[in-house]
Amino acid sequence: MHEILAYKSPSLLADIPSHYCPGCHHGTIHKLVAQCLQELELGDDTICVGSIGCSVFIYNYILLDTVEAPHGRAPAVATGVKRSRPDKFVFTYQGDGDLASIGLAEIMHAANRGEKISVVFVNNTVYGMTGGQMAPTTMIGQKTTTCPGGRCSDREGLPMKMAEIMAGLGGVSYSARVAVNNIKNFKKAKKTLKQVFEIQKSGKGFGFIEFLASCPTNWKMTSTDANDRLKKEMIPFFPLGVFKDLQGESK
Amino acid sequence: MARIFIKGNVAIARGALDAGCKCYFGYPITPQNDIPEFMSRAMPEAGGEFVQAESEVAAANMLLGAAACGIRAMTSSSSPGMSLKQEAISYMAGSELPGVIVNMNRGGPGLGDIGPSQGDYFQAVKGGGHGDYRTLVLAPGTVQEAYDLTFLAFELAFAYRNPVLILGDAIIGQMQEPITPSKPLAVDPFEGGSWRLEGARQREARILKSLHLTDGALAGHNLKLQEKYKRAEKEVRFEEFMTDDASLIIVAYGSIGRIVKSTIRKLRKEGYKAGLIRPVTLYPFPSQILKSLAEQGKKFLTIEHNMGQMVEDVRLSICGLAHSAFHGQLPGNLPTPNDFEQPIINALRS
Ligand SMILES: Cc1ncc(C[n+]2csc(CCOP(=O)(O)OP(=O)(O)O)c2C)c(N)n1
Ligand code: SF4
Ligand SMILES: [Mg+2]
Repeated sequence: MHEILAYKSPSLLADIPSHYCPGCHHGTIHKLVAQCLQELELGDDTICVGSIGCSVFIYNYILLDTVEAPHGRAPAVATGVKRSRPDKFVFTYQGDGDLASIGLAEIMHAANRGEKISVVFVNNTVYGMTGGQMAPTTMIGQKTTTCPGGRCSDREGLPMKMAEIMAGLGGVSYSARVAVNNIKNFKKAKKTLKQVFEIQKSGKGFGFIEFLASCPTNWKMTSTDANDRLKKEMIPFFPLGVFKDLQGESK
Repeated sequence: MARIFIKGNVAIARGALDAGCKCYFGYPITPQNDIPEFMSRAMPEAGGEFVQAESEVAAANMLLGAAACGIRAMTSSSSPGMSLKQEAISYMAGSELPGVIVNMNRGGPGLGDIGPSQGDYFQAVKGGGHGDYRTLVLAPGTVQEAYDLTFLAFELAFAYRNPVLILGDAIIGQMQEPITPSKPLAVDPFEGGSWRLEGARQREARILKSLHLTDGALAGHNLKLQEKYKRAEKEVRFEEFMTDDASLIIVAYGSIGRIVKSTIRKLRKEGYKAGLIRPVTLYPFPSQILKSLAEQGKKFLTIEHNMGQMVEDVRLSICGLAHSAFHGQLPGNLPTPNDFEQPIINALRS
């Protein structure tokens, strides 16, 4: 009997136990980021801008030169990095509280300026790290620790659709929403992420990718139920797809 | 170098340019707008980058990003904007990132006014943001000094891997004086070869961060920072003026230090024996000289354009060894040499 190598972990990914909860999509998304960077041979020239949320330890998992940005400010930090080193590949990795709430001004303006960076946005509809409070992306009716009766549009407004908002800004070259809840979506997500990275690699400007992600712990669900919820509740409201692709249009 | 006649704000911008600054990030606020306006032309011409940020919050975080690449970068603002920069400054101190931050202090609290004030002394010198950190603080008293201290600010920022503040005010920023510029420095465009980020080619990945969660890690990190601040004490700088035979030592910094100097010159002609210590570094503070003057039996008078901030550091320095009076000029009032005559005479008589 001989063995066939079916899967090899990207060498950019550290071989260590994960601190993420079982079923959390952060780990899956980290793997995708590492795979895409590696396949595009970008690892040696990449500067990662981390953010504040459950992914604050991204540098422990993806072995890249990394700077920690204050909560919400990663797009401003990435602007400083990219303007200093236009020859380097620069991306931010941000949660929904980080990007769509406290950091809304920074993401809107970095995008509108068309900074030549890539943004990996992880929307799990809650503030994961601080214990499951309401986020700007929390769904109507969803219960969190700070909207215990469920989010109500009269009181808290509607969830923000960042991928669509980004697509409406002049400086944005590419904006898409993906999910990693099943193999089919995972494969599509990888293709899309690669496209986002390629936009920057070819000097084409700002690329944005929103990942719908699960947070089984704060959703108080098993991993499989969380994947189910993502499919049944999140995707109908946050549709998957490409909302802007200037590169594709010019082809 | 030929002498040039320029405003204090422009002297700082020009100083930064000549000291090798390659990135400037700012947001408009009076009375420092000459700095971003100068930089918007100068940076691109020097092959660098100018960004008018969406806010002071963003500008300070852009500085953080540029600093992480080991590039000479600067931001400037005035009081309300400085409040917004504090989180990033704290992260920079925690992550040991070098950068220059200019505050042309205006009147406060709140929106205050756009006139001169020294109301931000505590914010500048005692940390400003959260956590147990220090920034080095340089306080120019002339336009020439504003230019020269900008060179020093970059040098210190990289020597100590720490944010350095230049604390001026609306007087220093708006005043025009002749200065002699220095030869522009030929600096390595990317310093910090052992720590800067550039992609982890053929080496272990580098991480610039302020988070330390494992047992004892934060204590160890804070100890390292404190040792650095101790090392930086040797950077203390001050101007000493007619102190030898003085029975009263006036302590005043920045524009007020300079105005007080004029008052002392006038009073000396009338036989009043007053001298001046003008701290040029507010952190580290010139404690040793003040203490040794106190030990010689001299009295002290601190004069500030606020209602009493630096005076606390003067009193800590002289540890009760001498009589220490205070005169505060209310922010919102423009000071002149005449304002300080009577307070100095009173302190001499007390
Ligand atoms: C200025 C500031 N405010 C608040 C916090 C506390 N905080 C840490 S993480 C976080 C929310 C993170 O949520 P999200 O961005 O959605 O990331 P997730 O953990 O869900 O991946 C908050 C509010 C902070 N660190 N800094
Ligand atoms: S709290 Fe949620 S986002 Fe954070 S690690 Fe756990 S599952 Fe992931
Ligand atoms: Mg979240």
